[in-house]
Amino acid sequence: MSEKKTNRRDFLFTATYAVGAVGVGATIWPMIDQMNPDASVKALASTEVDVSSLNPGKTITVLWRGKPVFIRRRTQEEIDDARSVSLEDLKDPQKDEDRAKDPEWLVMLGVCTHLGCVPLDQKGDYNGWFCPCHGSHYDTSGRIRKGPAPTNMEVPKYEFVNANTIKIG
Amino acid sequence: MSDHEYTPKSKFGKWFNDRLPLLSLASHLTDYPTPKNLNYWWTFGGILTFCLITQIVTGLVLAMHYIAHADMAFDSVEHIMRDVNYGWLIRYIHANGASMFFLAVYIHIFRSLFYGSYKSPREIIWIIGIIIYLLMMAAAFMGYVLPWGQMSFWGATVITNLFSAIPLVGEGIVTWLWGGYSVDNPTLTRFFTLHYLIPFLILGLVVLHIWALHVPGNNNPIGIDIKKPSKDTVPFHPYIVIKDGFALLMFMIVFAFFVFYTPNILGHADNYIEADPLVTPAHIVPEWYLLPFYAILRSVPDKLLGVVAMLSAIFILAALPWLDTSKIRSAVFRPLYRQFYWILVADVLILGYVGAMPAEGLYLLIARVATAYYFLHFLVILPVLGYKEKTLPIPLSITEPVLGGSPNLATAKNNESLNK
Amino acid sequence: MKNFFRIIFLIIFLFGFQHNSNAAEKVEYLKTDWSFKGLFGKFDRASLQRGYQVYTEVCSSCHSMKYLSYRNLAEKGGPEFSEAQAKAIAASFEVTDGPNAEGDMFTRPGKLSDKFVMPYENIKAAQAANGGAYPPDMSVLVKARGGGVDYIYSLLQGYEDPPSGITLDDGVYYNKFMYGNKIKMANQLSDGLVEYADGTSSTVEQMSKDVTTFLMWSAEPHLESRHQMGFKAIVYLIILTILVYFSMKRIWSRIETEV
Repeated sequence: MSEKKTNRRDFLFTATYAVGAVGVGATIWPMIDQMNPDASVKALASTEVDVSSLNPGKTITVLWRGKPVFIRRRTQEEIDDARSVSLEDLKDPQKDEDRAKDPEWLVMLGVCTHLGCVPLDQKGDYNGWFCPCHGSHYDTSGRIRKGPAPTNMEVPKYEFVNANTIKIG
Repeated sequence: MSDHEYTPKSKFGKWFNDRLPLLSLASHLTDYPTPKNLNYWWTFGGILTFCLITQIVTGLVLAMHYIAHADMAFDSVEHIMRDVNYGWLIRYIHANGASMFFLAVYIHIFRSLFYGSYKSPREIIWIIGIIIYLLMMAAAFMGYVLPWGQMSFWGATVITNLFSAIPLVGEGIVTWLWGGYSVDNPTLTRFFTLHYLIPFLILGLVVLHIWALHVPGNNNPIGIDIKKPSKDTVPFHPYIVIKDGFALLMFMIVFAFFVFYTPNILGHADNYIEADPLVTPAHIVPEWYLLPFYAILRSVPDKLLGVVAMLSAIFILAALPWLDTSKIRSAVFRPLYRQFYWILVADVLILGYVGAMPAEGLYLLIARVATAYYFLHFLVILPVLGYKEKTLPIPLSITEPVLGGSPNLATAKNNESLNK
Repeated sequence: MKNFFRIIFLIIFLFGFQHNSNAAEKVEYLKTDWSFKGLFGKFDRASLQRGYQVYTEVCSSCHSMKYLSYRNLAEKGGPEFSEAQAKAIAASFEVTDGPNAEGDMFTRPGKLSDKFVMPYENIKAAQAANGGAYPPDMSVLVKARGGGVDYIYSLLQGYEDPPSGITLDDGVYYNKFMYGNKIKMANQLSDGLVEYADGTSSTVEQMSKDVTTFLMWSAEPHLESRHQMGFKAIVYLIILTILVYFSMKRIWSRIETEV
């Protein structure tokens, strides 16, 4: 058998394997992608919340994408507390001004960044939030101050549609 | 079950194989001596394995999105079709996959009938196959109920009512099957559970089917016993693997055509109408693969006897190895049987045709004649033929098919492409 | 190879049956060119948009389309309204939402994620308003009728005066394409009924075609990607089949020379 013939044989088999592998991959993808969020889930990306009845010092919790979102109308004392902290004392340095554009309103995902529990309002060493699962303390800006959580509670994209309505997402 | 002892080369391989002989099994499967003259009708075993795996994988995926509840099933199927990523593709593969599965299984069964693969020593393979076929019908029927369309609902009502033909306990059994006084949510949820279970039972039986096959080895187009391994055999890998692969790809082209271009042609329009217990569709027709049995059921004017006839038509197959008295396996060397075989094929096709037609007038008459012939074939023709038929001389081996310069070889060669 | 032709013949034969079985009571439907038929069939966007207009202005007062959402109108492969147009369409409908903090239901303008607003609260209400006949939901109507698009297209144009000898009850109309010829929906279309934004003349024939196209899309929203993917898949399979065929020949040549 000449060398030339061997090469051609190898090429034929390699091509067959390669083309076959592409097909297997293309077939597997739909079976994987079907588990990603479907079109109807993606469409429910935003929620509007009426906050007209919310008094200072109170929090409401609303559901957005299946997760709780805390909307807190903060008292002046809390705002002062949050803004007076020096960034060096923070585990995940972030200014309160960046987290709450309108200082009176704090909107954030009510999900502990440690392992996903919902922290309790007005608890913990910093008068902010406290996660009962593994003891993470958050301040009045929702920033992590003590405990195992690595980062501050996440601020979602939101905007005031009008004076009384917040649109999340 | 091993034809030769296998020792792994590596030390770890040997250590592992001594404890769990997976490598020996793999070696057995790849080296498995297969008759070299298998034609393309023999590729349907591999094709059926592909069908089963396809149905299981797409079914698992659909089950992640489907909701088995009478109020939500139809909506959830539409949700799959519209919103789930590639949901339409997966559902159409699953729905058409059922038809392709039956197409392949019918070819597989009729191949076995032609070449006498059910005969000694392969009776157990055959009977396991019949059980698999029965389970396939159960799975297909229950799967058809799940979308909860009009055909689902009324098909379920009609089929479950077959059990009411049983004397004395029939009504009780039907109520038990339904979990209520009509087909309703409890029926749907239990059908879903069983539909999910059965494919895994089939998978287990397929393992037994192949195991039982590997004991005597494959039958072959000329139906003679062969020595293995020998000049008459080739190792399963790569020879049979690549041939099965080629046939499978041809099959997949047909499959793809249905899925992508006529995905609903094998279904029934009424099943896109949500189930309504107050209105029965004008024609209740089962899926095409059940039509011959449906025709047998309707051809008998008595409720109980109709059900008995339909079930007998399937169970009679299990007795086939003993009903066929001929010592010769392959129809290639049985000129008379060959003719009766094709009459049977035509008979079953005719039954399928009249099964789709209204059960009245000429259609009913044809159905009755065809039903009678079906039983005649198995109960009278086959046993008698075994004694009366003058068979052709059979060759001694595949590589040396000439038996003393038999003049019949040319005929045999014409009828069957002995060489691939 | 001879066996292959047999297999293919058998397949054609078997599926030919299925066709025949539906042929028992065939009526000659009106024919028109559907852009979405064939291997590369696609929807005619302008026709889909006009069809949506016919649906909203004519059909939607009785027929729901519960599986469609307003977002679908802007999705690829559909009428492909712009996102802004689809939002405006959605906002033009009053959607019931709630309950709010007080536990009351309230209405608000529709959003893209909302389902099409239904004309009736439930099937009973629809029956009560229509003399006992439920106007079927039209989301999958095309797939739920034996004749498919041709049937719907013909039905919309099939109204006639009943032949002598047929008497019709109140609220029942004669339609030559309807199964049994008696239909509880009155003729809805008349020339010039809607005013198409794109200036297309709104004849009964044109409106029937547009709204039927729209219904085909609503029943098979992924038809275009199905056709595209199908073509690629089949071309791919043919290439692989050829490669495997030659590999098979090569492998089997090893033993055929030995024999």
